Amino acid sequence: MTEELSTKRSSQWRDVWLQFKTHRGAVIGMIVFFLIGFLVAFGPLFWTLDPNFIDIRARNQGPSLLHPMGTDQLGRDTFSNLLAGGRVSLLVGVTAMALSVLFGTLIGVISGFFKRLDGPLMRLTDLFLALPLLPLLLVMIMLFRDTLRGLFGPETGIFILIVSAIGLTSWMPIARIVRGDVLAVKEREFVLAARSLGTHNTQMITRHILPNVMSPIMVSATLSVAAAIITESALSFLGLGFPSDFPTWGRLLYDSTNFMKLSPERVIYPGLAISLTVLSVNYIGDGLRDALDPRIRGR
Amino acid sequence: MKIKSLVIGTATALSVASMAMADRGSDGHVNIIYWQAPSILNPYLSGGTKDLESSSMIIEPLARYDQDGNLVPWLVDTIPTVDNGGVSADLKTITWKLSEGLKWSDGSAVTAHDVVFTANYCMDPAGGCAQLNKLADVENVEALDDHTVKVTFGVPKPFPYGPFVGSEQPIIQKAQFADCMGAKAPECTEQNFGPIGTGPFRVTEFKANDVISMEANPMYRDPAKPAFASVTFKGGGDAAAAARTVLETGEFDYAWNLQIDPAILSDMEAAGKGTVISSFGTAVERLMVNLSNPDPALGDKRSTLAGGPHPFLTDPAVRKALSVSIDRSLLAEVGYGAAGKPTCNVVPGPAIYVSTANDECLVQDIAKANNILEAAGWKRGSDGIRAKDGVRLSILYQTSTNAVRQDTQAFIKQWWSEIGVETELKNISASVFFGGDQSSPDTYQKHFSDIEMYTNIFSGTDPEAYMGSWVCSEHPTPETNWMGNNMPRYCNAEYDALVAELAGTANIDDRARIVRTLNDMLMQEGAMIPLIHRGRVSAHSNKLGGVIQNTWDSELWNVADWYRN
Amino acid sequence: MLKYTIRRLIFTIPVLLFISLVIFLLLDLSPGDPTAQLPMTVPPEVREHIRQALGLGEPMYWRYLMWCNQFFIIEPLNIIEQAWGISIGDSANRTRVMSWSTRSPVVDLIIERTPQTLWVVGMSYIVGIIIAIPIGVISAYRQYSWFDQTGTFISMVGFSVPTFFTGVLLIVIFSTLVPTDSIFWLPSIYDTTHKVTDWDSFVFQIRQIIMPVFVLGLYNASQISRFMRASMLDNLSLDYVRTARAKGMKERVVLLVHVLRNSLIPVVTVLALNIPHVFGGAIITEQVFKVNGLGALLILGIEGADIPLVQTLTFIFAILIVFFNLIADVLYGILDPRIRYD
Repeated sequence: MTEELSTKRSSQWRDVWLQFKTHRGAVIGMIVFFLIGFLVAFGPLFWTLDPNFIDIRARNQGPSLLHPMGTDQLGRDTFSNLLAGGRVSLLVGVTAMALSVLFGTLIGVISGFFKRLDGPLMRLTDLFLALPLLPLLLVMIMLFRDTLRGLFGPETGIFILIVSAIGLTSWMPIARIVRGDVLAVKEREFVLAARSLGTHNTQMITRHILPNVMSPIMVSATLSVAAAIITESALSFLGLGFPSDFPTWGRLLYDSTNFMKLSPERVIYPGLAISLTVLSVNYIGDGLRDALDPRIRGR
Repeated sequence: MKIKSLVIGTATALSVASMAMADRGSDGHVNIIYWQAPSILNPYLSGGTKDLESSSMIIEPLARYDQDGNLVPWLVDTIPTVDNGGVSADLKTITWKLSEGLKWSDGSAVTAHDVVFTANYCMDPAGGCAQLNKLADVENVEALDDHTVKVTFGVPKPFPYGPFVGSEQPIIQKAQFADCMGAKAPECTEQNFGPIGTGPFRVTEFKANDVISMEANPMYRDPAKPAFASVTFKGGGDAAAAARTVLETGEFDYAWNLQIDPAILSDMEAAGKGTVISSFGTAVERLMVNLSNPDPALGDKRSTLAGGPHPFLTDPAVRKALSVSIDRSLLAEVGYGAAGKPTCNVVPGPAIYVSTANDECLVQDIAKANNILEAAGWKRGSDGIRAKDGVRLSILYQTSTNAVRQDTQAFIKQWWSEIGVETELKNISASVFFGGDQSSPDTYQKHFSDIEMYTNIFSGTDPEAYMGSWVCSEHPTPETNWMGNNMPRYCNAEYDALVAELAGTANIDDRARIVRTLNDMLMQEGAMIPLIHRGRVSAHSNKLGGVIQNTWDSELWNVADWYRN
Repeated sequence: MLKYTIRRLIFTIPVLLFISLVIFLLLDLSPGDPTAQLPMTVPPEVREHIRQALGLGEPMYWRYLMWCNQFFIIEPLNIIEQAWGISIGDSANRTRVMSWSTRSPVVDLIIERTPQTLWVVGMSYIVGIIIAIPIGVISAYRQYSWFDQTGTFISMVGFSVPTFFTGVLLIVIFSTLVPTDSIFWLPSIYDTTHKVTDWDSFVFQIRQIIMPVFVLGLYNASQISRFMRASMLDNLSLDYVRTARAKGMKERVVLLVHVLRNSLIPVVTVLALNIPHVFGGAIITEQVFKVNGLGALLILGIEGADIPLVQTLTFIFAILIVFFNLIADVLYGILDPRIRYD
């Protein structure tokens, strides 16, 4: 019995990987994403120009050997800003997404599965949906910026603050969607069968319900990476983000929007970076969804 | 580019004198865009510049300032002075005589009772009047007859032109606002959104924070003006979009306060549809030093003199080095373009008050800064940062969120790193930084940082109240609920004595001399480090004539003289 | 179902009251100050004076109760009076909820801004739905075809590029680069005083909403089409589809009558949930095109620390959210026979 189970488990994930491989877009997306991640993580080791170094005589230049993507209005190198910004943006995107997906799925599953907790948890969701994001952020920053800065240093402190703020305010749609699907799945025959076999609630959730609601979770997760990166740029624009000497893709895009006519390539690079990342994450999500869904797998 | 706009500005000014005699309303419609939309047309209930300027097209003061800062009569025939008997010899009263035949836009006559009412309206204790400080020391305002108003002050006022002068003090109609005194003032929405005035235009529709529609005032005192029959005054968006609509798309004729990157602005101007105009008033962007200690460990005593002096900013060598390592011309050129000039004084104008004693700061000298610090005993540590007796030169530098300010911060951080000073940058949303919320640690009064940067300004042409900001009693502390104007926590008995002397001096040359001395004291003792003398940049379409930009009063002060080219 | 709906409706009242209290506490704690936007020339004593006149000196619970009174009792009375032309009690002296920046009733400001919000944001929502549903259906039906790949690509791009970028790009192309007298020229600033009275003014109205509607519509369409596609894919693999095909039904019937109706269920609930965002969510687009709608009003209020305005707007927003959540839940229960609430 045990042997069958273990071979079953390893072959299940193997099946998932095989199905994933057939999705061409997903594979390309994975390669692109890892490429971007690699560039952003190790690029600064090779391209050592300081992103904050101001070389005023070199301002507003187009691409050249020294500055492959040109310079901004203060003469700072766009390429090194893109690399440095990538680290922050990717980290914020992925971490905030993980937080909101975790929290949202937890609330959604509990709410959909346990009828008695459904009402209060959904009202809690309504409350969070109704809270205005900006004053909430202002209050969080006011209360916690100094303590976090003292504990973790200015950059890590703000990072924790921003990631928590975005995570705390974007879990609601995921919770609602998951709850909806859990409510539908709960009424299926196989769930009834499992219950009549005496399956405990935890096992029911982890082995039967959760794998079947992966689809909307995947879609929401991938959409929320994009949302997190863009929300972070809106926050920087309002002065609630990282200190101004910290490049992020969102800020680079926002700063260069007004220069669109003067130097259009300045807008294209961060825009392209954001779009490529989001696209690849979305394709990965698509592939994962197809691969994890037992009805599509092995068709 | 500076020369070009100077030439165009002069040409425009000259062309005003030779403009064709148009009839009222003959030039049709004019479109104005202010990217901060006016929210109310009553300057007594709002101090916002946008509200002051939009209402200046409708309601007017007795006298105002022209583009050179001179007082010009507006609803009166002459400015009262001691020489013509308008101001009493003991400097305690001033008498204004209204011009003959002035009418409100609803046809009724303008009388002295309207002027008296205006003063009482603002001085009402329950009204929350935003312009109360212009009526400071006023004891009584009475109408001697239908055309004469006498203002009595409680103390001798060498400069009695506070009440009823400038766009902050327009005359409102007593009949319209009669039921709106005191606590009822905010409830009179109809009056606040459509004041009856003596100006060239009157309101036809007001949508708060959106758009104002106006038409020419049929009762305006000059029958040939205004040349425009109707106005659309739109608000919203941002400065770059506003500039675009005048300089590139041609949808609007006048855009105000274009704080955008000078490279973008000159690129837009090159399209040839509009002209950028700039002029300078009293705004100075400066670094406020904190002479007290902002260490969070001090708890309640943080950033107060009771908590002790600042660990290194009280050393004059450090302040001098920080100042001399900044290249102000570069900051002005890159961040402000035509809208900024480097300055070394906190009082940059009018001309008689400007001191020349501090101009050595205009030249950047990194080597000199390094020498000054070396000589004072600040040696570089292994991390490149200078230290002395265990105190490191590490600065927390804060300002409000604004693209140009962030660029300035980036520059200054780099220059200071070249002299061995470590800088941490912080930017705070403007509504928090400039607000007075006592629970927030990020307000500029609390100054929980080592250096903060912002622009300060004084209205009108007299700097007396302004120089009084830096006396010892103006420190913001927990006891005063953090209210106060003396952000650097500067305290010097000599300075206080000179300020008291200024309040009693009447002769204009003596006043100028005292102000210059006060300015030099602040500069040489390093209470603040001025950076840029900021001007106002606006743009008008080439099809719009008669525009004279004015930084001492409302920019729309002469809108009655505008015409279509 | 009915019991559930009634139970939910009864619960909404204490929930909404609690939400209004939380919002009020949040705004009160928030560090903004209404006098922050006054120029430097206004001295601190005058600012304090203004703050007292606005009522900031009163204790917090008192201000909250005043707002509750004004919002829950006085405003509905005013609305009843205006709708039926009658007069209840002392209507002239009632204090309504006043905005601190304009000193005028907040409800009037909201009513003033609703038309342009509905025109621009509402229209873009409908346009987004109309575009997204066919795209989602076809993409799912022909999964991995070139239509699917292109559709996916465009919707990803539409979703990942922020609206301030697409908006400014369109303005640069259609307002700046295209000459003013060409038929393709579009105004970059929304004229709120424009009234539609005849064909020409209607054409002008369409012209001034094309760009913002396109920008927002693209954003909405991307999201909705992804959901539609995912939902269709889930349903296309189910047994009843196979049965229907085996029974000989035409493919179009199978797709549009059976699969689409079932796939629309989760999509409809998502659409219902997003309707409240029409009223307050398009902040950036409204600013870029100077539409001056409700989103712009909210941001203005937050930046100016205009607490009565933000409180009232946010609370109305909360009412819409709670209400549409209820509608979405009820709709889901009605449309999907598998859901049981009781």
